[in-house]
Amino acid sequence: MDGKPLATLRSTSGVPTGRLALWWLLGSEIVIFGGVLMSYLMHRIGHVEFGDYASHTNTLAGAINTIVLLSSSLTAVLAHDAAEMGNGKKAFRYLMFTVFGGACFLVIKSFEWSHEIHLGYTLQTNAFWHFYYTAAGLHALHVIGGMIAITIVAFQARKGHELQRVELVGIYWHFVDVVWVFLFPLLYIAK
Amino acid sequence: MAHAAAAHAHDDHGHHHEEGFIRKYFWSTDHKIICFQYLFTGMILAAIGGFMAYAFRMQLAFPGESVPLFGVVSPYEYNSLVTNHGTVMIFWVAMPVLIAAFGNYLIPLMLGCDDMVFPRLNRLSFQVFLLSAIVLIASFFVEGGAFGGAWTAYPPLSAKAHYNLTPAGSTLWVIAVALEFVAFLMGGINFITTTMNSRAPGMKMWDIPMVVWMIVIASILFMVSVGPLIAGAAMLVFDQMLGTGFFDPNRGGDPVLWQHLFWFFGHPEVYVVLLPAIGIVAEVMCVFSRKKLFAYKIVLYTAFATGILSFFVWAHHQFISGIDPRMANIFTVTTVLISVPLAEMMFVFIATLYGGSIRLTTPMLWAMSFIATFLLGGVTGIFLGASGADIYFHDTYFVLAHFHYTFYPIAIIGTMAGVTHWFPKMFGRQLNEFWGRVHFWVTIIAFNCIFIPLFVLGAGGQHRRIYDFQNYPDLAGQSMVNMRVFATISLVIMLVAQFIFIINFIYSAFRGKKVGRNPYNATTLEWVAPSPPGHGNFEEMPTVYRGPYEYSVPGRDEDYWPQHVPN
Repeated sequence: MDGKPLATLRSTSGVPTGRLALWWLLGSEIVIFGGVLMSYLMHRIGHVEFGDYASHTNTLAGAINTIVLLSSSLTAVLAHDAAEMGNGKKAFRYLMFTVFGGACFLVIKSFEWSHEIHLGYTLQTNAFWHFYYTAAGLHALHVIGGMIAITIVAFQARKGHELQRVELVGIYWHFVDVVWVFLFPLLYIAK
Repeated sequence: MAHAAAAHAHDDHGHHHEEGFIRKYFWSTDHKIICFQYLFTGMILAAIGGFMAYAFRMQLAFPGESVPLFGVVSPYEYNSLVTNHGTVMIFWVAMPVLIAAFGNYLIPLMLGCDDMVFPRLNRLSFQVFLLSAIVLIASFFVEGGAFGGAWTAYPPLSAKAHYNLTPAGSTLWVIAVALEFVAFLMGGINFITTTMNSRAPGMKMWDIPMVVWMIVIASILFMVSVGPLIAGAAMLVFDQMLGTGFFDPNRGGDPVLWQHLFWFFGHPEVYVVLLPAIGIVAEVMCVFSRKKLFAYKIVLYTAFATGILSFFVWAHHQFISGIDPRMANIFTVTTVLISVPLAEMMFVFIATLYGGSIRLTTPMLWAMSFIATFLLGGVTGIFLGASGADIYFHDTYFVLAHFHYTFYPIAIIGTMAGVTHWFPKMFGRQLNEFWGRVHFWVTIIAFNCIFIPLFVLGAGGQHRRIYDFQNYPDLAGQSMVNMRVFATISLVIMLVAQFIFIINFIYSAFRGKKVGRNPYNATTLEWVAPSPPGHGNFEEMPTVYRGPYEYSVPGRDEDYWPQHVPN
């Protein structure tokens, strides 16, 4: 491929093509997480004992992780702001903070999970722990995917290329954030 | 065949550079080449799926006898053949051909642009699709053989290897299906974004050809419905591989959860493949009756209504799964309700034909037979949608005949209408009309001879998924055996008749009569491009001035008024 086709450059709807596609991608992601969470909720309603199992989760670690993720979204917004100004180098630095936030999230999560597995609450224990590890694991995969995408876009932005992509990875990162905002109360707080 | 198309592709643009065979046909980002990749992969898998049907139908008609070209069908093989016939025909034939192949070919051409908005994503989508097909076929050659727990894969049968006896096959099956979903999510985002953002200047929403609309609505339906099943597929693989118990009631799980996740996707999926076929039929009917599509906007509104309603009917597959009877009543009502918009579409097509100058070409024959056969499939669906009648009909051959009367018109008749209609555009040559009609009549008569007896057998109590009916004296009477043999012989005739099509297709692609840009005097934009279109599709990007179906407009010299002609 040399250059983009005319199709990519047109914008009949007025919304830039990349952003439009990203919203559709998020739409498909919402129903995937929606499927997991609805299945969990239906089980949760039918099983009172899930509340007891949930009391073994580490609410403090979850709360810290919520703050970490939300702060990393702030730097994603600042990166978008810098990219709008055409300052690719500044956007790169802010995006690196976002990636760092994602990494902190994963490190805290790994300590948390090691502790729980050590106590004997593994993926196989019962339906609550099936959902706990599956839903949070699916989310963690999205965190890793987002970190990779942000890193690639950040290095492009540093050279001043494809600055519009800074906004796109930012929107994606907010989505990852919002999913966690649903997971945290459902898996940790609802006792 | 693809070779012929792409060889011409280079004539039109001066700036081309020679590419190797692999780069041009396997690594291409051109939407037309990707269409051919999907089309031919779909056709090869249709042949595989048809061969599976042949093997297990022979076993049913002549139990225990050695089947020519296959050998004796064991009970395990029977199960995996039935399972994978269903899986292949829906996920690896109907979806890639109707949505991906026609979507890829028609969307950029009909919208008047040069390619999809994300050409590399498009290529990746096919590669993931191809990988999924390879994974599925590979499952036949692993220890224990291919998965045999039916295409619906209900747990606990699908979740535990000591029930289904296919430890590797069942996991490969789920992985193949999940990969296929990923491929179509990527393709769908491409289709939707292209249609929203890359239309030719002047093309408003109501100027988009119906088939493009239908493929886009189908992509949205697929995207919205498939998510829960992707989640369910992950849970099922965890149950199989990691020792979880999502679907195991002993450990706090629920087997019916899978049925909800599966059918929440599974029923909209019917409309995901139906709508593109309806769109193809609409295009063909307008061209060959030389009339404007009757009530363009109403067709669209009914398509939206169908799409929305399709999310509220899924539990009619579960009337005997122990759901609350009050719930069953609600789903009976929604199920009967969804026949209203579809009946409306059928009437719209009849109204489009009314008073037109109808030309019974091969694509038109296919399009009209779509209406006739799909009608029968739809009407028998009313029996099954009513929860009372369904308790008797559930899992009989009546159900089987019903959904073959819907899926066959969709996947085979709709595809044939499309392939024969756009063949001149794809290859720049005419498909042989005589052999096209011979193929049509043999196929359509044989198809009805297969499934009408199955309706009768099903109403007589013949249950699905039984390996050998001789073990059931009630189902082994001479008249039932006769009908089974009749259906099977009809199937063999129908399968053999497809060789007429294959030979006609290959011969016509290379040696058929050459045609110009617009052999049918049609109005939509794809007929503005050369046949076959070169790289970049149009020499000069068209501008749109009117709707897609301006045929027989009073006061004009010609009976068609193309979209791109200013006045």
